Amino acid sequence: MSAPEPVISCKSVWKLFGPNADHYFSTLKGAPSFQSIREAGYIAAVRDVTLDIPRGEMLVIMGLSGSGKSTLVRCLSRLIDITGGEVHVDGQDIGALKEKELIELRRNKMGMVFQSFGLLPHRTVLDNIAFPLEMRGQDRHTRRARAMEVIELVGLSGREDYFPRELSGGQQQRVGIARSLAIEPDIWFLDEPFSALDPLIRREMQDEFLRLQRLLGKTIVFITHDFDEALRLADRIAIMKDGAVEQCDRPDRIVMNPATKYVAKFTHEIDKARVVRASALMQPVNGAALTGDAVGSQQTIHDLARLIINDPREAFPVAGDDGALLGMLPRQEAIDVLLGGHA
Amino acid sequence: MSIAITDTPPVGGGLTRIRMAQILLIVALGLIVAKTVLPAGLIRPPEWLVWPFADWINAAFRFMRDDLGLIHVTRAIADGIEWLLDVTANLLYGKSRWPNIGPIPWTVIASSAAIIGYALNGWRLALLSGGTFCWIAIMGQWTWSMETLSVIVVAAPFSILMGLLMGIAAWRSALFEKLLNPVLNIAQSMPHFAYMIPVVVFIGVGPKAGAVVTIIFSVPPMIRMTLLGLKKVSDEVIESGKMSGATQLQLLWSVRIPTARTDILVGVNQVIMQCLAMVVLASFIGMPGLGQKLLQLLQALKVGRSVEIGITIVLLAVMLDRCSKAWAMRQPQHHDKGTPWFVRHRLALIWAVLTLVLLGLAQVVPLFDQISRRQALSLAGPLDAVVDWFIVVVDPVTTWLRWFLIVWVLIPLRDAFLFAPFSAVLMLIAAAGWAIGGLRSAAICVAFFGFIAMSGWWDRAMITVYTVTVSVAIATVIGFPLGIWASRNQARAQRMLLVCDTFQTFPSFIYLIPVVMLFGVNDVAVVGAVVLFAAVPLIRYTIEGLRGVPHEMVEAAEMSGATYGQTMWKVRLPLALPTIMVGVNQSVMFSLFMVIIAAFIGTQDLGQEMQRALSSSDVGKGLVLGTAVAFMGLLVDHLVQTWGARRRALLGL
Ligand SMILES: Nc1ncnc2c1ncn2[C@@H]1O[C@H](COP(=O)(O)OP(=O)(O)OP(=O)(O)O)[C@@H](O)[C@H]1O
Ligand SMILES: [Mg+2]
Repeated sequence: MSAPEPVISCKSVWKLFGPNADHYFSTLKGAPSFQSIREAGYIAAVRDVTLDIPRGEMLVIMGLSGSGKSTLVRCLSRLIDITGGEVHVDGQDIGALKEKELIELRRNKMGMVFQSFGLLPHRTVLDNIAFPLEMRGQDRHTRRARAMEVIELVGLSGREDYFPRELSGGQQQRVGIARSLAIEPDIWFLDEPFSALDPLIRREMQDEFLRLQRLLGKTIVFITHDFDEALRLADRIAIMKDGAVEQCDRPDRIVMNPATKYVAKFTHEIDKARVVRASALMQPVNGAALTGDAVGSQQTIHDLARLIINDPREAFPVAGDDGALLGMLPRQEAIDVLLGGHA
Repeated sequence: MSIAITDTPPVGGGLTRIRMAQILLIVALGLIVAKTVLPAGLIRPPEWLVWPFADWINAAFRFMRDDLGLIHVTRAIADGIEWLLDVTANLLYGKSRWPNIGPIPWTVIASSAAIIGYALNGWRLALLSGGTFCWIAIMGQWTWSMETLSVIVVAAPFSILMGLLMGIAAWRSALFEKLLNPVLNIAQSMPHFAYMIPVVVFIGVGPKAGAVVTIIFSVPPMIRMTLLGLKKVSDEVIESGKMSGATQLQLLWSVRIPTARTDILVGVNQVIMQCLAMVVLASFIGMPGLGQKLLQLLQALKVGRSVEIGITIVLLAVMLDRCSKAWAMRQPQHHDKGTPWFVRHRLALIWAVLTLVLLGLAQVVPLFDQISRRQALSLAGPLDAVVDWFIVVVDPVTTWLRWFLIVWVLIPLRDAFLFAPFSAVLMLIAAAGWAIGGLRSAAICVAFFGFIAMSGWWDRAMITVYTVTVSVAIATVIGFPLGIWASRNQARAQRMLLVCDTFQTFPSFIYLIPVVMLFGVNDVAVVGAVVLFAAVPLIRYTIEGLRGVPHEMVEAAEMSGATYGQTMWKVRLPLALPTIMVGVNQSVMFSLFMVIIAAFIGTQDLGQEMQRALSSSDVGKGLVLGTAVAFMGLLVDHLVQTWGARRRALLGL
């Protein structure tokens, strides 16, 4: 994969909460631990995070409650001012943007779905969804038409005149999703966007975002607590602990090669077979004799389970999308992954 | 570790605080006992301690009014307001001014009120609103009521707008909020009359002065509620607005203010109620209307007629309160898809049709237009008869009570309060402050009361303190058991709270009617009115405190075999005490207001001086007296708040 220029790039970003945090931060030297900062009476919500997010990537952020996921995303959108470091969006240092430029950036490029929805209680579903369009100065007719389209998309047709108070949690969340869908921003921040949805709609929504990402090349930063969801969506997963990113990598590499003990523990419960793709276990052919049909390099071991168990071959040839032979998948290793799920 | 250490008070701290308070108490008692041998300078504030605050204020006001020419500005504003008042006066009771269309037939106003009531909260409110105006018309009080209402209609929007703007300013600038806070604290504890004197100086008397004083008096709660509402808007709602690309101004008008709607409308409700209370009292500065009528009738001891007016004021108060509260609590509701427009706007249509019909009818049938005094009903005759009979029946009781209270309670207590040397009183207050909040509280309390000593009105102030103390004590003796009784079960508590709510909406003036009726015009009547007025918040907070005790705690006590009485004394009361103290605090505030108002039925306290300052337009004296009263209130407020905060922290509430 070539490395396209990053849309969002942050360099050692810090966010401390507490009285006079900026001053306290300027007195810090080196890399203080979360604990030592806490003893000084501050909370290090984001600690020395360096990340590059290339265009068109879906980055999923995971971590325990309070690990700083939402805060990190707020730093990236400059909803809060960072204590230290730099955040660049499309090459611009957003910390240096003036009020007006920031508003322009948000109107033209960014969208966000909030963890607790952030709906305006006095506006109907329709008016809530049309709100960002209204801020952009679109005329009433156009924005209503657009809002109706996304209302349809999130399955809230017929509720457009309801007020948020009159909707269930999941329905409110869909209004929040629709509001950000209405403007189709280039950069999307989704803070646990599907947490209150039922499995069916959740899957539909996941598909919709995947479609938009693939089709229109949207860059998406996605927070979730659900590993299955992360695996379905993520190009890369970042795992946070106490404000720091412990590891940020492709899902299968995170599972197979956890960088720290914490990540290992975090991914312990996952069924590896669902994550690990043939390409990850692939070995060079080195002249071994391979027979029979090839397996796709992007297929997970779980996808191949039946074949691996029923087929007596010692190794399977692995082919890329174009059918070219890439290497071989040793049967024994595949079975280890399949059975040793938790090993 | 360091956090843990600073959180727990030093072990010796509690001890020394109490010790210090005890020492101060002993000194105070010593001063009282040794009064006969004390030098005069310790008994009453010596001359060098009494500063001519009033003269300074007067000089400052003269400078502002004449040298700076502020009077032209205020006159211009007042003229603008007068023009508006004339418009509403023409519409409501046909004063011959532009636009010369009025008066609107009473039936139209009554039906409009009923429809507004219905739109806000259904049939019962419609009945209350419509009924109120019918009562007013039928009792022949239309003109007076409309005189009163025409001022509220102008003053309330003014205060709401000003309060909103100042609230927004305070929210935007932390510095402004810091400066505003003490001003609001003092303003909200100043008695009504203190506001009137500067207005008389700058604007004069009559309806426009009444409107201006009403506006000034009713602004503070609006500022407070606007600020509170804006601060309460959740971060995420604002962030979602920001991410939608809203500018600062769009954020304010399209996100913050609409989201803070309920709090802001609660502010509107408070403004309206304050307006009504003030408009009634503004009769003292020549404001015509219900208040003036009531004042005249009370002074002439015409009980039946005053009760009629009293009922009107009460009905208006309850109606305005319920309507504005319903408006605040109303949540938007959607119409089903495809509802035709005449269903969506059903009420507006009904209103338009009804108004047209009634306007037509009024042309034909004069009774639908206006009810003249001669056609009006009056309950005064029968009311007077009933009241006379009642007074004769209870006379032995009231006479005895009056005698007992005056001879055995009021006079001895008043003498005791006046006997105490001022140095001893200051020591006592310092002791109370120290016991509750250490050195800081002691200093604050002494500063508050020190001002009173320096104002030169020590004796008058002590009489006010004595009246308030006695009244709050009696109110506690009545209100506290009543609150405990009412809190025993949910339904009863709710009924009682509703009654208290309703009573609290009555303008303070109303409370004078029954006491004057029973006791005539004297000290006992004053104390009676204050007790009535002060008991309401006490009952209210006692109920709320007791009902608010967490269920698990009561159940835990019952499971350990405690009787009802034991649970009450050992568990519920201690836990409810912080809330009850809030009631005591409010009770003291209300008493101070009431004592000052009651001055016109004869007292010798600060209120009487306030009346004199009012009639001689002495701004300096008025403000000094007002500040003295405000400081008494703030002193109690400080003590109760400090104590309450500590107590709550201790109980982990
Ligand atoms: N405005 C704030 N002031 C002070 N501390 C804050 C603030 N916002 C967040 N924090 C603290 O920062 C830390 C990280 O919070 P954050 O909301 O980013 O967590 P999160 O990972 O999103 O958790 P969750 O999964 O529960 O949403 C927490 O300890 C939180 O208490
Ligand atoms: Mg979060």
